[in-house]
Amino acid sequence: MTALPDRVEKKLGLVIDLDTCVGCHACVVACKGWNDQGYGAPLSDQDPYGAAPSGTFLNRVHSYEITPPDAPAQIVHFPKSCLHCDDAPCVTVCPTGASYKRREDGIVLVNESACIGCGLCAWACPYGAREMDADAGVMKKCTLCVDRIYNETLPEEDRQPACVRTCPAGARHFGDLSDPGSEVSQLVAARGGLDLMPEMGTKPVNAYLPPRPKADAAPEFDVLAPFLEPVAEDAGGFLGWLDRTLSKMPG
Amino acid sequence: MHPAPSLILFTTLSGLGFGLLAFLCLGLPDARGLTAVLWFGAGFALAGGGLLASTAHLGNPQRAWRAFTQWQTSWLSREAWLSVMALAAAGGVALGRVFFDLPMTGLGPVATGLALATVASTAMIYAQLKTVPRWNHWTTPALFLSMALAGGALLAGQMTVAPVLLLLAGAVQLLAWRTGDGRFAARGHGLASATRLEGGRVRSFAPPHTGSNYLLREMVHQVGRRHARKLRSLALIFGFLAPALLCLTAHPLALVLAVLSHAGGAMAGRWLFFAEAEHVVGLYYGYHEAGAR
Ligand code: SF4
Ligand code: SF4
Ligand code: SF4
Repeated sequence: MTALPDRVEKKLGLVIDLDTCVGCHACVVACKGWNDQGYGAPLSDQDPYGAAPSGTFLNRVHSYEITPPDAPAQIVHFPKSCLHCDDAPCVTVCPTGASYKRREDGIVLVNESACIGCGLCAWACPYGAREMDADAGVMKKCTLCVDRIYNETLPEEDRQPACVRTCPAGARHFGDLSDPGSEVSQLVAARGGLDLMPEMGTKPVNAYLPPRPKADAAPEFDVLAPFLEPVAEDAGGFLGWLDRTLSKMPG
Repeated sequence: MHPAPSLILFTTLSGLGFGLLAFLCLGLPDARGLTAVLWFGAGFALAGGGLLASTAHLGNPQRAWRAFTQWQTSWLSREAWLSVMALAAAGGVALGRVFFDLPMTGLGPVATGLALATVASTAMIYAQLKTVPRWNHWTTPALFLSMALAGGALLAGQMTVAPVLLLLAGAVQLLAWRTGDGRFAARGHGLASATRLEGGRVRSFAPPHTGSNYLLREMVHQVGRRHARKLRSLALIFGFLAPALLCLTAHPLALVLAVLSHAGGAMAGRWLFFAEAEHVVGLYYGYHEAGAR
């Protein structure tokens, strides 16, 4: 059904900390690995070892540069997967009912056996969170690892999304954002969590924690510099001659 | 957006076909018997051919019947229903006119209404998308409808009303370009709102992957500004001005030329409709930002 539920019982989602993400892409690999072996069509690659490799991913990490007017530039790594929006435009445009949002936990999913691969939902998503699988011809998107989080055959600590479980920096957090007492909600409150493209009115569930201000950063300091100082400033003899000759050479 | 040939063909041909059927079902021209076979045959071939071309865009066309299920929420589903109902009603009118020499004045206007509603629903698939500000405006259905009416009048040989409708459609096209050009920036979309990063100048430093991907292939298309200006002029001249002038000569050969010129111009215009449409997802990859590449 492509009508959105009138209310959801929970809002499961991710909180992504842009301050701690180190841009290692481990979540990208874990996501691709997990979602290749169970739920729905595997995420295919085209020309993987050739000149123009391309493939389906449910999670991708961008990198942005912020250049403050009076400080050195800063790189921010920016993981992006489906935000499981409250007002998900990708769901309502779907002509087949393949795209839907679950009432019980708010997760947005695609029923692949009903999807005709028209691609309209990917057009309707502002965030680039949906990718058509070139091999299966059906729409793929983040499932919030619905086949892990309720999976009682997995050990308790593994019942969270693969990307969250694998992140070495602890930059991805999973939980219920409708519960103000949950760990994720408190993180959002404490760190000023933000919605992406609020002007789109999609009301994303996932939130992003902005990088902390770097006002108290130490001045740039090169630990190796002292060791690279010339040892003898006034070398004579053969070494001195060699040094003078080398410095005279062009280039 | 990627200007997919299947979508350009589908939207122009089916627009022309439903436009033609809209006139034929009103008895313009008042065709009966064998002439009606030819007129309606052309209308069904264009409208049906366009619909078939659209399935070339699907990843799993064998399940296309499922697209009829979500008419309550989805414009694409509504389009599926309306097109089938319009074709059925026009088929009824055609049967009456071909075999029973009946004018079908009862069913005719209903079929005309359904044909135009089909064109409007096609336009709404694009106009509903907030993610493509250039399309997300009333000028999109206005453009599709005025094009279908102008093309339909031309194909139906309505030489007095066709030039007026052609010039009207040309005016709507100009308005759509004029108002569409600045809408992306005017709505406040930019890398700042996409990433919510602040504290300095933000730019895309590295994309998430070294190759291309579905998102870039499907939704990011860059047209050179000079190239676009030239194509816009060609679309205006061949799509609207030349056929309007040719109509005035009222020569039978001129009518054929006018139809060909209009179809060519309309395709150029439709190519631009897709190619010039900026999707907000491009922002994440460093496109469409004012002053960016
Ligand atoms: S992020 Fe995109 S795909 Fe996910 S729910 Fe929102 S609109 Fe839909
Ligand atoms: S691609 Fe599939 S899920 Fe997306 S709108 Fe089309 S039918 Fe629905
Ligand atoms: S929740 Fe699962 S499917 Fe979604 S991005 Fe993380 S690993 Fe991928």
